[in-house]
Amino acid sequence: MSVRPSGVQRAAADRTARSLGRRRAKNMVMLGVMYLAAALATLPLLLILGHLLYEGASSLSVDFFVKMPQPVGEAGGGLANAIVGTLVLIGIASAIGLPIGVGAGLFLAERKGTRYATLVRFLSDVLNGLPSIVMGIFAWQFLVRPLGHFSAAAGGVALGAMMIPLVTRTTEEMIRLVPTSLREAALALAYPNWRTSLTIMLRSALPGIVTGALVAVARIAGETAPLLFTAFGNQFWSTSLDEPISALPLQIFTYAISPYDEWHKLAWAGALVLISLVLIISLAARYATRSRFGRSGD
Amino acid sequence: MLRAADSGGPVTEIPDKVMSAPPDTVARPAPRLRAATFAPAGAEPSQTTGTRESESVRLSMDSLSAFFGDLQAVRDASVQFVDGKVTAIIGPSGCGKSTLLRCLNRMHETVPTARVEGTVTLDGEDIYARGVNAIEVRRQIGMVFQRPTPFPTMSIRDNVAAGFRVMGSAAPPRKQVDGIVEETLRRTALWDEVSSRLKESATSLSGGQQQRLCIARALATNPKVLLLDEPTASLDPLSTQKVEELVYELRGSVTVVIVTHNMQQAARVSDSTAFMLNGELVEVAPTRTLFTTPRDTRTESYITGRFG
Repeated sequence: MSVRPSGVQRAAADRTARSLGRRRAKNMVMLGVMYLAAALATLPLLLILGHLLYEGASSLSVDFFVKMPQPVGEAGGGLANAIVGTLVLIGIASAIGLPIGVGAGLFLAERKGTRYATLVRFLSDVLNGLPSIVMGIFAWQFLVRPLGHFSAAAGGVALGAMMIPLVTRTTEEMIRLVPTSLREAALALAYPNWRTSLTIMLRSALPGIVTGALVAVARIAGETAPLLFTAFGNQFWSTSLDEPISALPLQIFTYAISPYDEWHKLAWAGALVLISLVLIISLAARYATRSRFGRSGD
Repeated sequence: MLRAADSGGPVTEIPDKVMSAPPDTVARPAPRLRAATFAPAGAEPSQTTGTRESESVRLSMDSLSAFFGDLQAVRDASVQFVDGKVTAIIGPSGCGKSTLLRCLNRMHETVPTARVEGTVTLDGEDIYARGVNAIEVRRQIGMVFQRPTPFPTMSIRDNVAAGFRVMGSAAPPRKQVDGIVEETLRRTALWDEVSSRLKESATSLSGGQQQRLCIARALATNPKVLLLDEPTASLDPLSTQKVEELVYELRGSVTVVIVTHNMQQAARVSDSTAFMLNGELVEVAPTRTLFTTPRDTRTESYITGRFG
């Protein structure tokens, strides 16, 4: 073998070098595209947050959180009733949507092959795709009409019905991520099936389920359509489940379509508070369910 | 084909090589399957002091067949597991070793479409008899799998104590749990490695430590039998050695059945060895006999490395 590379070898080396350069360039381009996509994915949120801060922050004050809405022309006033109303509605919706959704999701994950599970999964997806105003019609038909009046309960039921499929599917997905070897280990340790499902499978999937539940809460917290003819809105303070109740999205809607500048400002502030509320709920629940071993194990 | 089928039929004459007393003459008091109570390790000294002459059968499998749907994974297998001894099950991949093992604590039936024919008796009681609860069976026959399966949401201590959570009134008093955890971890030679971090996540341990933790978890509830399904298949050589030493230490205090791919491992840790091929239990014999003078030509072919 000669020490000097032959022509063929040099040509091959050139090709390798060229192709390496090409590959590097391709890598850079792809990497750039991905960074761009990642940035674009968060851009809407940042734009919305920025705009809300710009438009609404100036109207935020202590009064906004503790005072009631004022008639047109009177300065000040707040949205205390709408904030509390939204919290009440979220509470009712969660009380309905979380247990049913988590239970159904657990069932779908643990009995995934059965015909009943397939049917439930399909119907759950259909329910998920249902326009939210149809949920409102459902609650109106079955609660508002029989009772003869709008109520917080009806609004909560409408929102809860929206939550069920969201929570069901995330719960199922998260439990299916838990390795079956864990189930076997529990069964072999003389765990009954139900204990295995609850204390091993569900518990192991809990961080993911909580995240999914929060996404669901965030989704319904901002819903307006299902509330239009169920919770209806209320200019006065009310926490009664049996009466119409105010909610931030409804109040924002009312204020935003009004012709008054002061109400517009309150609408901006209300939107900012709504987003902050969702953010705070998310952070609080994540903190509460963080791994007690201080590792990001989810 | 290695004449897998032509010698046909179950190996009915083999058990007498392993045991000295047929199961129906065993006179030890057989605790009822449904009335298990907790007793700390070593509370039954009689079971460890048995001499060769008084060997008794702890677990016995009689003409057992196991199916997945239409597929028969185990054919008419009969084997007896002597109290306090280690029995290895060897054979090529897919020969039904694990399935046979999983029939011993009724884990086989957790797979959809799986079913079992034949009997398995623990201390003279048929674990497949009507009215016997699989949960009770598994309480007395612990199992460890190929991959370590610590419960990720529990601490090291809670993993060891996990079995107590489902024992109801049979569980040891709360005050004693820490003591049993320590005793079990010492028994599995893990104590020195984990005693300062009992409250940490079990997933923070190395793979080998996790596997020994799983053995500790299975032993904490003081089962009569411990099933090991290729317990070292996912471990490095050093961890493998530790697990093997542990299995060796366990003889006398618990009946061990270990499935292994590794013939050297079977030779190192077991008193008896069973060879399986294509779902058939070809030969069961004292380990030394099986590896030096196998009676079946298929066994000989396998242990001399001609296939598998």
